[in-house]
Amino acid sequence: MCILNAVRCAFPTCRGFEDVATLLKPETVDHVRDAVAWAASEKTPLELVGSGSKRDMGRPGNAAHTLDMSAFTGISLYEAEELVLSAGAATPIADIHAALQAEKQELAFEPPDYGPLLGSAEGLGTLGGVLSANLAGPRRIKVGAARDHFLGFSAVSGRGELFKSGGRVVKNVTGYDLCKVMAGSWGTLGAMMQVTVKVLPAAEKLRTVLVFGCDAVQGVAAMTKALQTPYEVSAAAWLPQTLSGRSRVGYVQASGSSVTAVRVEGPGPSVEYRCSTLRKQLSAFGETEELHGQNSAHLWREIRDVRPFATSVDARVIWKLSVPPQSGARLATNLATTLGGEFYLDWGGGLIWLAVPETDGGGNEPIRAAIAQSGGHATLIRAVADLRGAVPVFQPQDPGLARLSKRLKEGFDPRGILNPGRMYSGV
Amino acid sequence: MEMPKPDEDVLARRQEIATALREIVPGEGVIVDEDALRPYESDGLTAYKTLPLIVVLPETKDQVSQVMRYCHENAIKVVPRGAGTSLSGGALPLADGIILGLGKFKKILEIDYDNRCAVVQPGVTNLGITDAVREDGFYYAPDPSSQIACTIGGNIAENSGGVHCLKYGLTTNNVLGLEIVMMDGEIVRIGGKHLDSEGYDMLGLLTGSEGLLGVVTEVTVRLLCVPETARAVLVGFPSNEAAGFCVAGVIGAGIIPGGMEMMDKPAIAASEAFVEAGYPLDVEALLIIELDGPEVEVNYLIERVEGIAKENGAVSIRVSNSEEERSRFWAGRKAAFPAIGRISPDYYCMDGTIPRSQLPKVLARMAELSTEFGLRVANVFHAGDGNLHPLILYDANEPGELEKAEEFGAEILKFCVEVGGVLTGEHGVGVEKRDLMGTMFTEDDLSQQQRVKCVFDPHSLLNPGKVFPELHRCAELGRVHIKRGEMRFPDLPRF
Repeated sequence: MCILNAVRCAFPTCRGFEDVATLLKPETVDHVRDAVAWAASEKTPLELVGSGSKRDMGRPGNAAHTLDMSAFTGISLYEAEELVLSAGAATPIADIHAALQAEKQELAFEPPDYGPLLGSAEGLGTLGGVLSANLAGPRRIKVGAARDHFLGFSAVSGRGELFKSGGRVVKNVTGYDLCKVMAGSWGTLGAMMQVTVKVLPAAEKLRTVLVFGCDAVQGVAAMTKALQTPYEVSAAAWLPQTLSGRSRVGYVQASGSSVTAVRVEGPGPSVEYRCSTLRKQLSAFGETEELHGQNSAHLWREIRDVRPFATSVDARVIWKLSVPPQSGARLATNLATTLGGEFYLDWGGGLIWLAVPETDGGGNEPIRAAIAQSGGHATLIRAVADLRGAVPVFQPQDPGLARLSKRLKEGFDPRGILNPGRMYSGV
Repeated sequence: MEMPKPDEDVLARRQEIATALREIVPGEGVIVDEDALRPYESDGLTAYKTLPLIVVLPETKDQVSQVMRYCHENAIKVVPRGAGTSLSGGALPLADGIILGLGKFKKILEIDYDNRCAVVQPGVTNLGITDAVREDGFYYAPDPSSQIACTIGGNIAENSGGVHCLKYGLTTNNVLGLEIVMMDGEIVRIGGKHLDSEGYDMLGLLTGSEGLLGVVTEVTVRLLCVPETARAVLVGFPSNEAAGFCVAGVIGAGIIPGGMEMMDKPAIAASEAFVEAGYPLDVEALLIIELDGPEVEVNYLIERVEGIAKENGAVSIRVSNSEEERSRFWAGRKAAFPAIGRISPDYYCMDGTIPRSQLPKVLARMAELSTEFGLRVANVFHAGDGNLHPLILYDANEPGELEKAEEFGAEILKFCVEVGGVLTGEHGVGVEKRDLMGTMFTEDDLSQQQRVKCVFDPHSLLNPGKVFPELHRCAELGRVHIKRGEMRFPDLPRF
């Protein structure tokens, strides 16, 4: 294990140096257990890091020491016909994509890359990071999020104990499904080393139906109509005119109007049939157009990675709101008006990407009030550390749920040393 | 299999407890007569039977909450029960515990097509949800074979699957929200009509928790649109291995069928004799591959599947040309369990999952074990996802045969784990596989899981004796023993 710190650490332990910023870089399972056990005995918090691409998300931490898990890389098992892949948690997501692409497969939940949105480069994320944040792209509405594809893991708990859950098969109900709680736990429950995910065949073909000129409410109506057909719509989003102009896809950029986009994927003949049928059905909502492979892929990458708000001049605060789809348009329109913000919709109206000025807590209070009415949750995705420290980043929980969260954290990490406070104060 | 020793003190307080429960649930909702308790003595795993202390059938969530609080305060164990179709003994009663039956929670509370979901009470049957929305072109996707009887609350407890889960997911992938009553009576709502959870994914944790963490009183499920068409292909193979290669070939070609089922020779023979589905009897293995979607897609994929089947040495291929024919293809598979029941006085259904490539090895081992134990075995297999259902044939009236069947089953499951699989794919651990958990998990793995149990139920009153081979006290599990407070590897460079 490589231990880097500002002051040379006394042998044989690091006791007495807990106030010195230390970078712990374990290379084996035993190293991880040692490092966590040391932190637990010192009651000193650790910040868990893979590639560090999501360091600017969540509540700002105060951990003096960093547990750098980046040595846990590499695909250890990939059996395309079994739809399963195991890899070190810090394996770059780019490596995973490349391996899957060679077999015409993919991570069906379309893990987004928020790098450019957060002001860093693209392609830096890791598989473990995507799972720890439970991310998902536009296909969320059809195939689920990272959680739905997470089959198994090994990790070290805050007690310094190695534990595992799940397996390498897609159907498994043996014991509690701890993959679900690890997904979206932001490194607060354990330091994951190996992870196993379900992979799926990539679609042979994709097309996107565009409908021009709908306002947000009409846009959601059009998307709802599409989602109520048996045509297996795999993504449905709405961009206002101001944001469609920022697209690099010609048909979208040059439309000079709002764009409602509906994607179908699958075998060639099926995609052509579903696309043309949907186009006919959606023509009642406005003029339509159709995007083929390359353009489709590009548009959905922009939507997935929040590119409309990822420009270098855009310093606004970015919120991600998950709400019942039918509430999306009105709620977002009202908030954007109140806060002087801008938004677009994904997940058929159920996902709102909202950009607002940094002033007045980045709109925290009106946003929380709106969520209290609609149901759902809002997460502060992009903001300076001060703001992320001043207002809740994740949706505040009802007292009952908050107590459960706190106790769950204690069950995995009784001394509160793994990314403490990253999600909620005291968790 | 041994259950925890009943608490004599609780047994002695039976009358007093019944009286207190009657104050919460008036009328017929509290059952104490032995004859009336009898129907609750076991679930779908009928080999195990215990009369419960008392059965309570509340009608409102407030009653559920009050019953739970009362039991919590008086240290009385609670076993939640839906329709009692569990195949792993998940709803097996405890002599010193009450059965909390959710059978009266039968209302569909809301159907919301625009948000593509339905809000239902836990006692609604799985098929009941689909029946309520089918006319409008929707359905609820997970379809366990007990779907006529099993309840959605039970599906949550077991994370039920079904033949279509390769394409459409398990219960956990199709649930949006839950209302649960905790052991101390507190009511907690999780999720709703939106996607993903704020904070930890309690929805995912509760789904498949086998009634050990909370009692479900309301469920919000995703509704899907019914595909335009579905057609099935019936393919016979000269060996199990060839059928396995065909399954791999289909998935390798990027096709995820709506369903892909396999039966071995004994299962084919039993089913055919029972329902005359028209299965070929001269093959070693049979695949039913169902494709669903728009007609143009289904026809396109059927052609490709036929090609793959031929490449893998299929000796008979039939494609359904009508709904009637498709149903007939399925009739045999769906009747496989009762069909086995006709050729044997009793059968024991197992539920391991294996990496699919290990199928020939596992079937060969099973044949060896069959000879060793002197018991016949038939296999039905959710081939797409590797979920194996060996049916062990035995006669409970022959002394020692049940024990032999159980031992045989345990050997199969251990072998599943040995080849990289798991103990249970969809039936749950319950009491049945409880004592095998150690073959898959270490002591530390199980302790971590039990600490999750402690989060929800610190006194272990909710469905204890299930899932975990040993009951540890939460206080003991909560202690922090840091095994190594000092860094080892002192020889490593530090800068």
